[in-house]
Amino acid sequence: MLKIALLLVSGMVCVALVLNLWRLIQGPDIADRILALDTMYINSIALIIIFGMYMGSPLYFEAALLIAMLGFVSTAALCKYLLRGDIIE
Amino acid sequence: MGLFWIPLLPLLGTVVPLLSSRFGRSFLALFTAIPPLLALLLLLQLAPSVFNGEVIYQSFDWIPLAGLSLTFRLDGLALLFALLILGIGLLVILYARYYLSAKDNMGLFYAYLILFMTAMLGIVLSGNLIQLWLFWELTSISSFLLISFWSHKSEARKGARMALTITGAGGLALLAGLLLVGKIVGSFDLSVVLASGDLLRQHAAYPVVLVLVLLGAFTKSAQFPFHFWLPHAMAAPTPVSAYLHSATMVKAGIFLMARFYPVLAGTELWFLIVSMTGLITLLLGAYVALFKHDLKGLLAYSTISHLGLITLLLGMNTQLSTVAAVFHIINHAIFKASLFMAAGIIDHESGTRDMRRLNGLWKYMPHTATLAMVAAASMAGVPLLNGFLSKEMFFAETLDQVTLGSLSWMVPVLATLGAVFSVAYSARFIHDVFFNGEPVDLPKTPHEPPRYMKVPVEILVALCLLLGIFPGVIVGPLLALASTSVLGGELPYYSLSIWHGFNLPLLMSFLAMLGGLIIYHNRRHLFRFQSQFPEPDAKLIFEWLVQRLVRLCSAIIDKLENGSLQRYVFLLLLAALVLMAGPMIDLNATLGHQSSMPVDTVSLIGALLLAAGAIATVILNRRRLVSLLTLSVVGLIVSLAFARFSAPDLALTQLSVEVVTMILLLLALFFLPQSTPKESNPRRLVRDLSLAGLIGGVIGTINYAMITRPLDSISGFFLENSKTGGGGTNVVNVILVDFRGMDTFGEVAVLGIAALGIFKLIVHMRLYMPSTDGNGLPWSPDRHPMMLAIVSQSLLPLALLVSVYIFLRGHNQPGGGFIAGLITSVAIIQQYIAHGVDWIKERLRINYQWMVASGLLIAGLTGIGSWFFGRPFLTSWFDYFSLPWVGKFELASAMVFDLGVYLTVVGATLLILANLGKLTTSHSPAAKENN
Repeated sequence: MLKIALLLVSGMVCVALVLNLWRLIQGPDIADRILALDTMYINSIALIIIFGMYMGSPLYFEAALLIAMLGFVSTAALCKYLLRGDIIE
Repeated sequence: MGLFWIPLLPLLGTVVPLLSSRFGRSFLALFTAIPPLLALLLLLQLAPSVFNGEVIYQSFDWIPLAGLSLTFRLDGLALLFALLILGIGLLVILYARYYLSAKDNMGLFYAYLILFMTAMLGIVLSGNLIQLWLFWELTSISSFLLISFWSHKSEARKGARMALTITGAGGLALLAGLLLVGKIVGSFDLSVVLASGDLLRQHAAYPVVLVLVLLGAFTKSAQFPFHFWLPHAMAAPTPVSAYLHSATMVKAGIFLMARFYPVLAGTELWFLIVSMTGLITLLLGAYVALFKHDLKGLLAYSTISHLGLITLLLGMNTQLSTVAAVFHIINHAIFKASLFMAAGIIDHESGTRDMRRLNGLWKYMPHTATLAMVAAASMAGVPLLNGFLSKEMFFAETLDQVTLGSLSWMVPVLATLGAVFSVAYSARFIHDVFFNGEPVDLPKTPHEPPRYMKVPVEILVALCLLLGIFPGVIVGPLLALASTSVLGGELPYYSLSIWHGFNLPLLMSFLAMLGGLIIYHNRRHLFRFQSQFPEPDAKLIFEWLVQRLVRLCSAIIDKLENGSLQRYVFLLLLAALVLMAGPMIDLNATLGHQSSMPVDTVSLIGALLLAAGAIATVILNRRRLVSLLTLSVVGLIVSLAFARFSAPDLALTQLSVEVVTMILLLLALFFLPQSTPKESNPRRLVRDLSLAGLIGGVIGTINYAMITRPLDSISGFFLENSKTGGGGTNVVNVILVDFRGMDTFGEVAVLGIAALGIFKLIVHMRLYMPSTDGNGLPWSPDRHPMMLAIVSQSLLPLALLVSVYIFLRGHNQPGGGFIAGLITSVAIIQQYIAHGVDWIKERLRINYQWMVASGLLIAGLTGIGSWFFGRPFLTSWFDYFSLPWVGKFELASAMVFDLGVYLTVVGATLLILANLGKLTTSHSPAAKENN
């Protein structure tokens, strides 16, 4: 039962990822694109966690943790770039 | 041990003159002479056992696997040359004491001279081919320093450059030849090589080896057509000419031919090349010498001629001619060194070397004149002097030649012709300088030199006489010994005496004397005839050639390296394509036998996203920020793929590198235009697209072919030994810190160096700062939004905790120092972004350079630590301990090493990113400089 649910969910996340990429390429605004990338990070976390549950292994947790943490840093840096151009000042 | 000290003493002695400059010139010369004198005594002490037929041999292994060792070997030939080098060297030291003026830096001169002496000793005593070559090149370099000693003179600089170019190029040819010899024989050891004559001569590559080795010898010994550097090297101080250009360096080429005589000689090719080159050089040198008005120019061409004579003798391939060659090496060294010294005295005391102005010096310096005349007579081959004896042997040998077939009679005739000119220029040296009227307009009134300046000349001239009158007693045993080692076996019968009865050689000598005097007497006609030819200046031709070569090379370099990155990538990929496509064509089937894994939908979609991201990056490349975003998608999907296909370590690394890269690019993008101008024309677009497509296709095929074939890799070994040998269950980490710890150490060192290099580049950088964004809108006034600041600050402890966790568990589960280091740096960079440099500066007082250095130091010391336990560098240790509450845990020395990696990564990343970020602030190194 759980396996079927996981497969279903992963399919949905994949659809979300494709749509994210579409938005990223399509734009129109740069803020849309950054948001699309950030959403891709979040969907990736979901995908990895689902995969870990499917495999029954805790090994993948750290990767998800890192995406969560580092994805935030990327997005923050990109936003700072939009705001001030100079990200470290 | 004694043999080892003979080259080592002069080597140590190189610093003696530099240290003893302050004791005054006489003590300086005295102290300088001590190490060579000791070496000479050592040599004399070893000489008796060499005379007993022993070959003294001493070897220290250096890289035994590559056949490289420090080997010294003393046989008869080496003994003869070492005696000449040390003996004449000592006389030159005494002579130079009086020759150099107070303005010259005498200590430096002596240091160069002794360095050269070491190099020469190294050549003659080497028992290993590569070592011999090393010293060979050292003579080129030290002679360059000596020739250009008066570096304020243009001709000294030009002459030195020419000598270095010619002998250096010859040295490279020699290296190629010696490497080939080593390849054919299978050893670089001289004794082994000398025993493999037949093997070498019958090998298909023999002609190549011979030509390469002879190129080295001919350039060094100024043989035609490479002779022209020697006259230009006369710009050197005269002691240098006396030492290098008569007795030692130019004889190095002769020595090389004699050294390899047992293995390379004895073939038709050797005879043809060596004897013909020698004959041409002999005639050319003798003829040109007569027309030189410069005293040293005459001696230089005479040296070329005599070197040609020795080469000719070595090329004659009879055993007696070889004995004659060795004999003439000794004789020429003695009389030519004394002549150069005499010429130096004349130059020193009269202020000129021009023979058109130097006349009638007999009245002013009778003592020097007598000495010079005896030496010049020896050069001409006058009986009772040593030059006569070897010349007689030479004449006798030319008569026995049959190799030119019916034209063989030409050899003795041409030899006599050479001797005629030799007599003529010797006569000119004597008559023009010491008699022939009164001196013309001399800068100084000539007088006898200081007493001790004449001593070296006196010793050498006395040797000329002694050798000429009692050859058997003085030089007989040494000559026999040296000739035996050149011939590598039995000595032929020969008699060393002045009188052999009335025979053809004597007649030839007589004819040469007569002809030479007649020519000298009628020299005016000859000079007038010669003046019709334009005199080619070798210097100009050489410079022209060198400049053309440089222009050609820069033209090629400009084509390849035009500063366009696109060009470099194109050439690089093209080369890779050519190299890779070849083997792929030979591969029959793309698909191997391995059954493929089932394809699931998620992976398929991931692959599609990856491809779409990559293609979008290319298409959007001119909008830089957008293409950076699509590139991040590629990185993200690659990390997911790593996680999906069981490489969690790689996934973690990829993720952290991805963020650091994005921050780095954002920092750089700020200073760059927001969009790239359109550069490629359609034709280039098609060209680049096809190349990229081809490369992609080939790489894809290689990957596909690889993974569909069963692969037997070394992974199995690592999997088996990781826990038992390295104490960790995370094989990737154990490989990094234990199995291949040395590689990791090298890599972090490179990382540290790169970071320091980037820091160095940034230090003086001043950059234009755009005041608006890409759309021309002004930047927001809010430097550090509060939301961002607070969220970032609360992220810091969490991130640090994660990095400690990743670091500690790295040995057994995915993680390790490298990933932990990146996480820590990202966490700190986030604070830089959120709070600015000023805020961080107050709170984080770490010098990143020190961090890199201490990281490397820790890693290095951990490696060295294993030495104390008698293990190789970076052997790791681990054991299990238990503590209350904590339970059982493992401690491994690899963790300390990993800590070093961690610190280096943090330091290097922050050094690069933080300093790039600081460029725009008042803390940039360039701004600090202004204050």
